[in-house]
Amino acid sequence: MSEGDAGGRLVRPFTLTGGRTRPSRADFALITTVTAVDPPPARAPRPQPEHLRILKLCAEPMAVAELAARLDLPVSVVVILLCDLLEAGRITARAPHPVTRSAPDLDLLQKVREGLGRL
Amino acid sequence: MAGSEHAAPAAPDAVKILIAGGFGVGKTTMVGSVSEIAPLRTEEPLTVAGLGVDDLAGIEEKRSTTVALDFGRITIGRDLVLYLFGTPGQQRFWFMWNDLAVGALGAVVLLDVRRPESSFAAIDFFERRNIPFVVGVNGFHGRHPYPPEEIRQALALPERVAVVLCDARERASARDVLIALVDRLIADADGRADEGGRIR
Repeated sequence: MSEGDAGGRLVRPFTLTGGRTRPSRADFALITTVTAVDPPPARAPRPQPEHLRILKLCAEPMAVAELAARLDLPVSVVVILLCDLLEAGRITARAPHPVTRSAPDLDLLQKVREGLGRL
Repeated sequence: MAGSEHAAPAAPDAVKILIAGGFGVGKTTMVGSVSEIAPLRTEEPLTVAGLGVDDLAGIEEKRSTTVALDFGRITIGRDLVLYLFGTPGQQRFWFMWNDLAVGALGAVVLLDVRRPESSFAAIDFFERRNIPFVVGVNGFHGRHPYPPEEIRQALALPERVAVVLCDARERASARDVLIALVDRLIADADGRADEGGRIR
């Protein structure tokens, strides 16, 4: 995945992603929580402006859907940018809580119930 | 929070609930009334290829269209966040629901008694996929001409599907619909534990 075309990109959704329209990793769901790694790894490549915007937003943990809304970019585009950042070691991603119908997580459900009760 | 001073803030665990129902039934209103942030919107571009064999009426003249997704968030605790996603109302975007439904705890189907048929597709969707849901009857101007039992019978819903009268504009009312769903999920989980106990 080494493209050497750092220069002169147009700021349009799919040119931001170097023409790729599919994420290289499937590990970003709408509610995957993304957090910037601080301080960044020593040998991280220089991020592009859109990458920097993401890193700024997820200095505090933020869900993929929320990043997309705040960046005003489609989720599919944001996921591709997140893949770059994940590969570069600039972010960590926490997968959503797994939900299985056959073995529901009673503790979790009770937490949600109590949280809603406090609203 | 002992440990390294450079430690990144711990990411919370995340779960989601879907708010479904026909076009204009009050989904975004409900998301907004319980969310701690103003509802956010993402727009996904759709290609005609992405629409598959579904109904293209109304969009055939456009080269591309977008489908909007509204969502909100409720922080349950330091380590747990609940997201609420309003499903796209137009039926031709049903395929988006599949992606949305993956990993959802369950769903609220909002219903407008003046045009209940607009929410039938949502009820079908969750029934067929065995995704637990409750029906929130969103009263026009908060008025409720029919008791819940009558609505349940009219919709041929089984006993385990709660039917809750609500006003999606009111925070407490919208919250109570969500609580009815989570109570159902807890009852299901308890039931499973009991069954497991009997089998062993």
